[in-house]
Parts: sequence; C-alpha cells; structure tokens
Amino acid sequence: MKTEYDVIVVGAGPAGSLTAWHAAKAGARVLMVEKKQEIGAPLRCAEGVSKNGLDKCGIKLDRKWVSAEMVGAKVVSPGGNIFRLNEKSAGNEVGFVLERHLFDKAMAFEAVKAGAEIKLKTSVTGLQMDGSKITGVHMVDNGVHKDVTAHCIVGADGYESQVGRWGGIDTTLKPGDITTCYQYRLANIDIEPDYCEFIIGSAAPGGYIWIFPKGEGIANVGIGVLLNKLKHPGDVKMYLDKFIANDKRLCKGQPVEAIAGAVSVSAPLDKVTRDNMLLVGDAARIIDPITGGGIINGCQSGMFAGRVLGECAKTGDFSDAALQPYEKLWRDAMEERLWRNWMAKEKFLTLQDKVLDGIVETLNESDIDKVTVFSLLKAIKEKHPEVVKEFEDLI
Amino acid sequence: MIVSIEKCMHCGACVGSCPQNAIYLNEVVLVFNDQCNRCGRCVKACPVGALTMEAKK
Repeated sequence: MKTEYDVIVVGAGPAGSLTAWHAAKAGARVLMVEKKQEIGAPLRCAEGVSKNGLDKCGIKLDRKWVSAEMVGAKVVSPGGNIFRLNEKSAGNEVGFVLERHLFDKAMAFEAVKAGAEIKLKTSVTGLQMDGSKITGVHMVDNGVHKDVTAHCIVGADGYESQVGRWGGIDTTLKPGDITTCYQYRLANIDIEPDYCEFIIGSAAPGGYIWIFPKGEGIANVGIGVLLNKLKHPGDVKMYLDKFIANDKRLCKGQPVEAIAGAVSVSAPLDKVTRDNMLLVGDAARIIDPITGGGIINGCQSGMFAGRVLGECAKTGDFSDAALQPYEKLWRDAMEERLWRNWMAKEKFLTLQDKVLDGIVETLNESDIDKVTVFSLLKAIKEKHPEVVKEFEDLI
Repeated sequence: MIVSIEKCMHCGACVGSCPQNAIYLNEVVLVFNDQCNRCGRCVKACPVGALTMEAKK
C-alpha cells in the first residue's frame, strides 16, 4: 500500500467497486478500503435486480453470480388478491436473484483488474483535514493505525453513511424515511421457483414482505417495516416470524441464514459532493423508496462517479466544482424517478388494507407491459386516480 | 446504551439511523460516543431488539 492516492473508496460493496473500477480504468490511483474480512459477506440484501439494470451499468452477465432467473413477479394484497406480471408482458424488466457473495467479489475483481488496490479488515475511522480541506483518512488496518493521503474520499459505506457526515454532507434520515429489515434464507419451502413475490399491506406496516426464489425450495424471505410504524423493540423480526408461521408454503421451511439491516426510503439528497469528497450508492441515499432496491442505482452511481474521478485525476482538480459532472449524471439518470417513488411511498403507507385489495384486483384488468414502478403507477392512475392525485404530473 | 451482544447482528441499522452519528460499528462491536443524546431512534431501528436505553444516572 502506498501512502498517497488520487481516490480512496470507503466500502467495497457494488457501488464502491464500480467507482474504483471506472476511476482506475481512467487512470486514477485508487485504494478501496473494506472494514470486513470478506467482500460480499455477510449478506445484507434480498438480492433482486432487473436484467436491463445490469446492462445500464455495463456489467456483463456471468451465471456464476446468478442464483435464479425470474420469469415474472407477483404482488399479493392483504386479502389475497394477486396481480401477476408474466414473462411475456414483463420483457427485460424482470430479473435475476443474485448470489451477492459472488457478485460483490466479481465487481471487486473488475476494480482490481483496472488497477485499484484493496485493503480488507481495515476501518476508516475519520478524515484527515488541513483546515477545512479534506486531505485523506485515518484508518485502522488489521489493528494498526495509519494515515493515508488522497485527493478525493468516496463514501461508499452504505446505509451507515458515516463518511459523508464526517465531511459535512447531511445524510440524516427522518424516521419516516427509514425501513428496517429482517430476512431468512429459508429452505424446504413450497414456492414458485421463478416468480418474485411481494406481499403488501398491514402484514408489514409501511413496507412489504418479499419472497425471492434462490433455486429449488429455497428463497430469501424477508420483511421491511417503516421505522415510525414500529412500536416495540424487535417488532420487525416478530412480524416476519408471524407471517411465515401462518403461510402454508413457508411454515415448514428452515432457516439457513438470518440477516438484519436497514434501508433509506427517502427523497434524493440536495447534494452528495463537496470539495474532495463524494458519496455513492446507499451512502448517497439513492435507494428506490418504493422497492427498497439499491443494487442497480448504486452500481450506476459508482460508474458515473468513477468516470468523473478519472477525469479529475487528469487535471488534479477534485474540487466541488470539478465533481459536478457526477451530480449531473446521476441526477439525470434517476432523480425524477426517486422523487416520484418517494411521493408514491408517502401515499401508499396511508392506504388501508381494503383499498390495497381493490387496487391489486383492478390492476389485473390493466394492460401493463413492463414490470416497473412507473408502469404500475400508470395503471393505478387509470383505475384509481385519487390514489396518485398528489403526484400525477410525474406519471 | 446497553447492547445485547447475544442479539446484535452487526447490521448497522442503528448506525445509519442515528441523527447524531454517535454510533460506530467495527463489524463486531458497537461503540457509542458522547454525542449520543438518548433520542432512542436506534432502539426502534434495531430489527432484533438488541438495544436498551440505560436508566439516567
């Protein structure tokens, strides 16, 4: 390891690796630091992505990191109405359930191939400052304190998002914009192996329960609940356990993995850059507020950031002004969608189970040709204009 | 703040939820610094109920 880099990426998830990959490819000297001892583990994800999402990020499909290929998705209302999107109508939007242990490593391989260096079991503990200028980071590398200099620090530290806050970028979330999650990898369950399932309504207040198949008789079965809908500590796990116990297909299943975590379901931040710092992925709060999905948005933001950092490395200018092309690229790609879906989320969490039953029932009469939040909202706008009244201009 | 090490899954849900940035997770141990103002958001955010507010001394 050198003592000076152009870019230090904090966190080796997909967003961090895509940043490191594209920055290194463009000639920047890049160090990526991961506090865990293994990239991609432990899992903190439901692992679903769309096929065209991977294309958008320039990621070449490799079956090694795909667990299962989906042919459709279904949304189940509280009363049991099912809205089904099948292969024919879903087109390229339906996706894969990944094996994140392998996917994350594959993205890190790309970063390494492009010339980035990686440190594992190394925690960044703070920023080095010269007055108000960020000049590097303090880190603990397998127990040894080190100071490393860099021109730009990339916060790819996920939901925890500490790097940005150290640098004065406000990523604080309101309780209504936080979803806390719990998930089992359940084995020996009786599910459709090629449909992702979403169960909405009061079984998961302000969120949903998901069943994402991972091969024969195995699936990620998880729940997200909005923080301000929680009353008692540990309620999230309780809601999921209750659902599983009462579902005939799932109740005999046994867990082979249990994970917990949280995601932001917020509107986009005003700013994710400052002089000598930028944020990518979950750290930049760019998770889709309706689906809670963050892999593709994270990868895409990393790709944009890496390209811009590569340009910065050529001139040596990593000022806020020089980083603005990154702000423009990611906002052009997803900002409007994030706003619209945040408004949709705010509306949906006010809907009672009976209303959701009605919506899901009438969706079946709609002609939906793509599995996107946008196409679902469009169909809802046709049948239930009152539901989307507040943000109909965006649909 | 009292952390139940038997329950904690090292997931970081409390870290990102803390408005004071007062919690640090080094993947094994949660550390609270003196910025904690006892708002209790982390107690709610913890998916497994591993955090308990200490009685005020």
